[in-house]
Amino acid sequence: MSRKPVVKKPDPETTGHEWDGIQEFNNPLPRWWLWTFYLTIVWGIGYTIAYPAWPMLTHATRGFIGTSTRDDVAAEIAAFDAANAPLEAKLVAADLGGIAADPELANFTRNAGAAVFRTNCATCHGAGAAGAKGYPNLLDNDWLWGGSIDDIVLTISHGIRNTTDADARYSQMPAFGKDGILERGQIEAVVEYVLSLSSAEHDAAKATEGLTVFADNCAACHGEDAKGMREQGAPNLVDAIWLYGGSRAAITESVMNARFGVMPAWADRLSEAEIRAVAAYVHQLGGGE
Amino acid sequence: MSDSAPAPLYQAREPIFPRKVKGKFRTLKWWIMGFTLGIYYLTPFLRWDRGPSLPDQAVLVDLASRRFFFFMIEIWPHEFYFVAGLLIMAGLGLFLFTSALGRVWCGYACPQTVWTDLFMLVERWIEGDRNAQVRLWKQKWDLHKWRLRLFKWAIWLLIGLATGGAWVFYFTDAPTLARDLLAGTAHPAAYTTMAILTLTTFTFGGFFREQICIYACPWPRIQAAMMDEDTLTVAYREWRGEPRGKATVEGNGDCIDCMACVNVCPMGIDIRNGQQLECITCALCIDACDDVMDKIGKPRGLIDYLALKDEPLERAGMQPRPIWQHILRPRTMVYTVLWSLIGIGLVVALFLRTPIGVNVTPVRNPEYVTLSDGRIRNIYELRLQNKHGEARTFHLSIASDEVIRIGLEGTNELTVQVPPDGMVMQRVYLSAEAGSAAALADRTDVRFWVEDLGSTDRVHVDTGFNGTGAGDGN
Repeated sequence: MSRKPVVKKPDPETTGHEWDGIQEFNNPLPRWWLWTFYLTIVWGIGYTIAYPAWPMLTHATRGFIGTSTRDDVAAEIAAFDAANAPLEAKLVAADLGGIAADPELANFTRNAGAAVFRTNCATCHGAGAAGAKGYPNLLDNDWLWGGSIDDIVLTISHGIRNTTDADARYSQMPAFGKDGILERGQIEAVVEYVLSLSSAEHDAAKATEGLTVFADNCAACHGEDAKGMREQGAPNLVDAIWLYGGSRAAITESVMNARFGVMPAWADRLSEAEIRAVAAYVHQLGGGE
Repeated sequence: MSDSAPAPLYQAREPIFPRKVKGKFRTLKWWIMGFTLGIYYLTPFLRWDRGPSLPDQAVLVDLASRRFFFFMIEIWPHEFYFVAGLLIMAGLGLFLFTSALGRVWCGYACPQTVWTDLFMLVERWIEGDRNAQVRLWKQKWDLHKWRLRLFKWAIWLLIGLATGGAWVFYFTDAPTLARDLLAGTAHPAAYTTMAILTLTTFTFGGFFREQICIYACPWPRIQAAMMDEDTLTVAYREWRGEPRGKATVEGNGDCIDCMACVNVCPMGIDIRNGQQLECITCALCIDACDDVMDKIGKPRGLIDYLALKDEPLERAGMQPRPIWQHILRPRTMVYTVLWSLIGIGLVVALFLRTPIGVNVTPVRNPEYVTLSDGRIRNIYELRLQNKHGEARTFHLSIASDEVIRIGLEGTNELTVQVPPDGMVMQRVYLSAEAGSAAALADRTDVRFWVEDLGSTDRVHVDTGFNGTGAGDGN
């Protein structure tokens, strides 16, 4: 081709820097970009004046618009309380037996009750309400003092064997061994008898001997049939559940030294709505009666 | 360079006054603009009957109840993979179009382009075409200039307001929100969102324009990875146009250097310098040049959609390859196949999903509960989902190799009422008799079956039943 195309290229403007033949192009930033940078500086200064920012010796500057995240949280909590107030009023006025049947209350108590439980009850009864040795499992269908929702409310409100609430549920098992009420042999016999009740491996001869010991000393509280007595908080000895363990050693220790589980009264610490909510929550965990 | 004054580090924006242009690409762009803006502004007002308990807005992102409605399709949060799939399809679609047609998205369909086009239309209507705009720009700020500018900005603001307004309509019932907005009783979030989008539309469409594409958008930088020598892009046939100059002078090319292509360019560039980062391939320079070529009696296409591969052919005076040969190549086919596979997968998934659902959370604190008669009980939390527009009754049952009984908290029945378009959490108990295989085993496989009594649908979920483990190894 005879004619060479002449294409006008933009001037390759460089910064004048050159190293080993490599030149640096000058591609200037747009000026408005620079303005946005200045704008952020102005914004930053304004921000530190408006909001708490500069650290002083004992505190930080408060900012002239008076923002406080603590106040924000307090306001949010107050807003939640206000929003929950009608439901709590409804819960306090409701018939205890009817809570589970009311979808609104059932839903509220399931959530609010769970929160109360985790905060106050989980320390002893466990986060999953499964209890531990000496702390009853709330998921099963065995209740020392009754598993109806009225019984649960009463237990939570006044507690068990505490010295702070006059209405606390109270009973005391005698320490048959420590206080010398029963002879060593009698205790061994009655332990064999108790083992036999739940079909555990036991000495049959001693168990027969223990029957009379049981009838004379234990049946008053645990019942002739050893199925316990809720008025006394006396546990059922024929079922599969053992609060302090069902081994020969654990039962012997219970008979020798007795047990004295204590639960605080919550009426002073929790509101009526909170007590009802957590009672309804516990009632629907699986063992409610 | 080092001897003279140092080069400036920042440069002011060079104002661009694109001239009005007519042609096939401009017409296409008007249609696309009307179509896309129409979809955007009108969609929230389309109605779709879903029964009394569900919203009747055809397209609705219901953040409060965590639902996404799209005509006959309803998406729950756990089905978000549909949205993810659509986003992947959008990405692959962009790859496909870019590898075949270059920055066709930028030039025709990108909101920045469409709204800027709309803003320029208003600008021309109020201030006149390019020459009048340049005159007005150079002129002193007198009453006439103020009047035109304020009028223009007012219209821009109204468009911005409509844009921000349309956006919030997608998130709640549009007619209700429209009334509330006018009455001043709408939620502050609606006003804030509208204010922000009004402001960004106003500044991006009215003032930033090409600066967004050049400085803010990452897409121009990513483009290059998807383009090759077969990609059709807007280019200048320099072998035909050069040397440029008067058509009457012997030896000159077809380009008469009329600057029509430069004057119509919304990016303010000269396409004759070759493909460049700023070019959004809006093809307006093709329209402008074709117009001039018609007038001077030369063939059209001095500026045209061209593939790099054809350049040597055309320089040698040969015919370029047909367009379909450029578009149908392994790369575009791979993108199309991937795109279609995901699309087909999503459609299949859409038709396979059941209108009822179940999730199970086994309670593992504690692992099991011993009941007073020695039975071993496991606790489960079942979340039952009903996507129907009316309440349904679900029947629960279990299947297992061992004898395990099922019971529900709070009822002796095995049925649960689930509200319309809702979910119910039901506490479920499974228990095994004392000494039974399941009670003694470490773990037994269990399958929950959930049947909708109002239809034949049933779903299942698998989990395990924990025993005491006493039976293992004995």
